Amino acid sequence: MNFFKTIYRSAVLENPTFVLLLGMCPTLGTTSSAINGMSMGLATTGVLICSNGAISAIKNLVPDKIRIPVYIVVIATFVTLLQMLMQAYTPALNESLGIFIPLIVVNCILLGRAEAFASRNNVISSIADGIGAGLGFTVALTLLGACREFLGSGSIASLSIFPESWGALLFILAPGAFIMLGFLIAIYRYLRR
Amino acid sequence: MVIVLTVTTMAAGFLLGFVYRSTAEARDKAANDKLVAAVSTVVSGFDNDPVAECTTVSVGNRQYTVYPARKGDALTGCAVESSSDKGFSGRITIVVGFDREGNILGYDVTSHAETPGLGAKMGEWFRGEGPRSVVGRNPKAAPLRVSKDGGNVDGITAATISSRAFLEAVNSAAEAADTYYSQFTK
Amino acid sequence: MLEYLAIIITAIFVNNIVFSQFLGICPFLGVSSKLTNAVGMGIAVMVVTVISTLVTSLLQNLVLVPLEMEYMQTILFILVIAALVQMLEIIMKKVSPGLYVALGVFLPLITTNCAVLGVAIMVTQKGMSLGESVVYAFATAVGFMMALAIFAGIREQLELADVPRPMRGVPVALITAGILAMAFMGFAGIG
Repeated sequence: MNFFKTIYRSAVLENPTFVLLLGMCPTLGTTSSAINGMSMGLATTGVLICSNGAISAIKNLVPDKIRIPVYIVVIATFVTLLQMLMQAYTPALNESLGIFIPLIVVNCILLGRAEAFASRNNVISSIADGIGAGLGFTVALTLLGACREFLGSGSIASLSIFPESWGALLFILAPGAFIMLGFLIAIYRYLRR
Repeated sequence: MVIVLTVTTMAAGFLLGFVYRSTAEARDKAANDKLVAAVSTVVSGFDNDPVAECTTVSVGNRQYTVYPARKGDALTGCAVESSSDKGFSGRITIVVGFDREGNILGYDVTSHAETPGLGAKMGEWFRGEGPRSVVGRNPKAAPLRVSKDGGNVDGITAATISSRAFLEAVNSAAEAADTYYSQFTK
Repeated sequence: MLEYLAIIITAIFVNNIVFSQFLGICPFLGVSSKLTNAVGMGIAVMVVTVISTLVTSLLQNLVLVPLEMEYMQTILFILVIAALVQMLEIIMKKVSPGLYVALGVFLPLITTNCAVLGVAIMVTQKGMSLGESVVYAFATAVGFMMALAIFAGIREQLELADVPRPMRGVPVALITAGILAMAFMGFAGIG
């Protein structure tokens, strides 16, 4: 039961995007479509689960003073693994997410969860925390991507809903990312009030 | 302290080295597949392996990769990889196929960072109907230009910069193909 | 000389790191409520970006490529940046306590500023020479500082505005950033 409670808390109550405002760069940079947003979210979730589990497992072996560099090395290792696998098996996706894949290393969500949760809890609940935070991030990115794609090109996940020429292109371009995220956070706050 | 950090980094290094080697084949294949797919969309009717037989030609101070297409022993055409840095945001890389007379058989955009919904349409746009199409044209006779610049190719609506860059890459590919043919017949 | 000028203008205006490449957004939103903080953060980022790009592009060309260990790039680069930030903090504390008080608080935040690692990775992907890399890093940091300073100026005024409750704070700041990004789109295609 505790496992699911941890997931719920990390995904909804402490949603990394809407509440903690972490990992803003990939949130804005990769959400020009629902599929891209979801892929980025899932990639981050994968790394987050692995790094949270690994860090929680080694937390007692690492001296307090150098824990941050060690965490960074652990996270960077999983990110590089992910990058290699994506280059090999999903080259098109790797290209469309581009530089944001290696930059998962500096996503504040990963180091934040490592420091705030994994370094203080056991492996199982750290993995639950990883799943929760990753899920919250993925849902947020998919939602943002879907809204931008829908308003910008009239389709969601490449399924056409209204003709492309009716779309407001602005939402696919850089300014649309900022504006749409601003509105989504406001809506989240309004609903949670 | 230092030991823990060194051990962690070394462990990470070994793990990555291992995975790097075991996925090397799949990664090369993925990159090669993409190139093969691009080359076979732009030229057709060949029975050799153009990617394996690729050569480079230089025009001015630029290098181009040329993929020759042969049927039997006869050279039927070639695909040229070309790029332009004059795009709206960064480099546009394309592969263009030519027959022996230098007519464009087809093209494929292999990488670009143009605006989605505008410049990014170039992958389809210049294959379309009427004066927007570049297929069948011969840039050797007269370099391709968008109609806005007095040419006869209709650029992408609201994306003239991307269109200009695309045509520049096509024109330089044509020069490279021409150079390749003249070297070949010599 | 001309190509350096093109790199500088492109990095500051056309491909502004914040408004068109979406890097360094966390400090952009976090440290931009006051103009003085924004400038302090900007200077700290500039110092770290230039030095780290210099070190990482040397490492990439002299160590990783000859050893065929490019796959260690991400780990090595982030460690260099983290070590550099630590060193700067120690040096600053010893040499100039005044500067440390002004900039010190921003230093730990820079390790996880994706603009720093982003620039280091981008110059290797673009195959820039050492000179070009350093100029690009410097210009990008100038663009970052400019974005931060403009935004801080606007946010200071925004505090006085009567904004609907759910929009207060970050949401309205993001929408403002969107309008600024629209202004920066005017530069696109130059260079």
